[in-house]
Amino acid sequence: MAHARPIATTRSATGIPTPRLAVWWILASEVVIFGGLLGAYLMHRIGHPEWAEAASHTQTWIGAVNTFVLLTSSFTAVLAHQAAEKGKGKEAAKLLAFTILGALTFLMIKSYEWTIEIMAGYTITANTFWSFYYTAAGLHALHVIAGAIIMGFIAVDAYRGRELHRVEIIGIYWHFVDVVWIFLFPLLYIAK
Amino acid sequence: MADTLAEVQKQEVHGHDHDHHDQGFVSKYIFSTDHKIIAMQYLFTGMLMGVIGGYMAYVFRMQLAFPGISVPGFGQVSPGEYNSLITNHGSIMIFWVAMPVLIAAFGNYLIPLMIGADDMVFPRINRLSFQVFFVSSVVLLLSLFVEGGGFGGAWTSYPPLSASGDYNLTQLGASLWLIAVALEFVAFLLGGINFITTLMNSRAPGMKAYDIPMVCWMIVIASILFMLSVGPLLAGAVMLLFDQTLNTGFYDPARGGDPILWQHLFWFFGHPEVYVVLLPAIGITVDVMATFSRKKLFGYKLVLYTAVATGVLSFFVWAHHQFIAGIDPRMANVFTVTTLLISVPIAEMLFVMIATLYGGSITLTTPMLWALAFLAEFLIGGVTGIFLGASGADIYFHDTYFVLAHFHYTFFPIAIIGTFCAFTYWFPKMFGKMMNETLGKIHFWGTIIPFNFIFIPLFVLGMGGQHRRIYNFEHFPEIAGPEYFQLRQIATIALLIMLAFQAVFFFNVVMSWWKGEKAGRNPWRANTLEWTTESPPPHGNWPVEDLPTVYRGPYEYGHPDREEDYWPQNLPG
Repeated sequence: MAHARPIATTRSATGIPTPRLAVWWILASEVVIFGGLLGAYLMHRIGHPEWAEAASHTQTWIGAVNTFVLLTSSFTAVLAHQAAEKGKGKEAAKLLAFTILGALTFLMIKSYEWTIEIMAGYTITANTFWSFYYTAAGLHALHVIAGAIIMGFIAVDAYRGRELHRVEIIGIYWHFVDVVWIFLFPLLYIAK
Repeated sequence: MADTLAEVQKQEVHGHDHDHHDQGFVSKYIFSTDHKIIAMQYLFTGMLMGVIGGYMAYVFRMQLAFPGISVPGFGQVSPGEYNSLITNHGSIMIFWVAMPVLIAAFGNYLIPLMIGADDMVFPRINRLSFQVFFVSSVVLLLSLFVEGGGFGGAWTSYPPLSASGDYNLTQLGASLWLIAVALEFVAFLLGGINFITTLMNSRAPGMKAYDIPMVCWMIVIASILFMLSVGPLLAGAVMLLFDQTLNTGFYDPARGGDPILWQHLFWFFGHPEVYVVLLPAIGITVDVMATFSRKKLFGYKLVLYTAVATGVLSFFVWAHHQFIAGIDPRMANVFTVTTLLISVPIAEMLFVMIATLYGGSITLTTPMLWALAFLAEFLIGGVTGIFLGASGADIYFHDTYFVLAHFHYTFFPIAIIGTFCAFTYWFPKMFGKMMNETLGKIHFWGTIIPFNFIFIPLFVLGMGGQHRRIYNFEHFPEIAGPEYFQLRQIATIALLIMLAFQAVFFFNVVMSWWKGEKAGRNPWRANTLEWTTESPPPHGNWPVEDLPTVYRGPYEYGHPDREEDYWPQNLPG
């Protein structure tokens, strides 16, 4: 169903396009969600030095590979934005597809990693470190899944040359997902 | 380029308008993206939930005043039911009445109209927001009827009681309650993004930051506060849900968790939440006061900056709810200071109201009476807050009826008086008819007088040391003296009278809507943009080629150079 935009949507009293403004506010609300979770984790971690033992069982190498995968997908998202700015919808769509591929690779590696952990008995109830581990990484993974799905819709539109400004918006969101992982990786994997 | 874009827009909107005529009932009223319809959906859902919350208050107040009687319309109240009733009364009144009515309903209705836009910037996200909210209401109401009954661990839902079905005996009820609250938060995050971006970007040409009516500012500041405070609690809710359903130990000290963590996450949200609902109510009352005093709002920038200061400070006061939870006494000192500090900006706003009234030509219409009542009653709520904010006094008052009475002296003015003030003031715009003034005044006095008779006795009970979470005081003979029972009975009877007077309100709404006098565009001779269009405004608010342009601030009443005592924002010259 075609949806006519209200005039309100096309106005820009601040000079910032409304969709970009909105995505920054969404990110602000996301920052406090992850901030609350990670803040709670940090306070507990400082109070429980014995968690280092549990943390030593995390698969640092797998986490490092995933960091690399996610950073690469962010890079293709930037290239997609660049292509979209030049009006090259097809190229932007192709680059977004690479980003989605990165997201899928990330999720596959993550599933493999979690299978190892669960087989070894480190489930979400093993102790509170593992509860935080699965909750934080799981919440992040949900954001990866949601971002990949939305990116799929935007890539289809971009391929047909429509709504090219949305490539930038999903890119901003994707960088945020990336940055969250940059915090999660040292906190959950490297700190032993 | 800009012109052609505008042309295309006009054509699109015309086409849209045209489509609108042959829409069916369902797409027009149930799945509408029009901000005014969504506002009505929020308003009526909120009012319905308010009736349910009021019914709950009636049942447990009857149990408190006359322990063990069979309450008419409910029956005997068991301890579990009593706990569930107070828990859900609190949750409903805050999350399903105060927020949807004050912020979502009036925010949706007023923001686009007052800033001269045709709709919100994201109409479909707006619709989604209401749909999520509606689902959350249904989940909450369903949670009352599952096996084991509704959740009874208080609206604050402290673990360990809330974390395990073994403790609270309402395994399913507790999880559904938590899911409902989390969904409600999601709905308001979606709505809040819309409010903030609409106000920032979609103002009418010429409307600068200081030309925005105060109520719009307040709703948007409240949305920002909500957005920045609710995140940790959302994360905390997920953790609590995992504790309940997957048996994790986030809040279980035996397994490396910490129950106090929930209190921090909850109150880090819970205290800003007070200001989330307070600020819109203040915005509404100052707008109404300026209109009916025929005077410029005293200190527009002062109110605005004060609201921002309140918002910033509200993030640093949360631990005053935890003075007896075992926090470090040095921390308690810090939080006492911040808590007492935050009363300064709030007092400033009340002084601004008095200064606005001073020397004005006041007309005591029904909305003006509600606005004045807000000032008087909220003052009592604010002053009693000083006792509780000081950690020394709070140790004695904690969890007594004093806290409860203080809380209701703040939230009743905010959620009930503020709502009636806004509803009676904008009713002519919303429905195109004037409300009956006589019935409105009967309803006003019939609400305000019993309100004080409910809660002043509870202050006395609290100072007598009565704990607030007791099901049947006959079980505690040392605090159940006959003089205390009399006070409880006075409070309950006053509640019955107040609830009965609400019938006058509903009768007034129906009769005025049906047979009321036509309102015309601007019955109150007010300045703001919503009064320049028809009542009720059509889809799109103004004809597309005739969207307003703004030339001045919203409070130019009684200007010496003009014959009329008001000067609409959209008049050139």
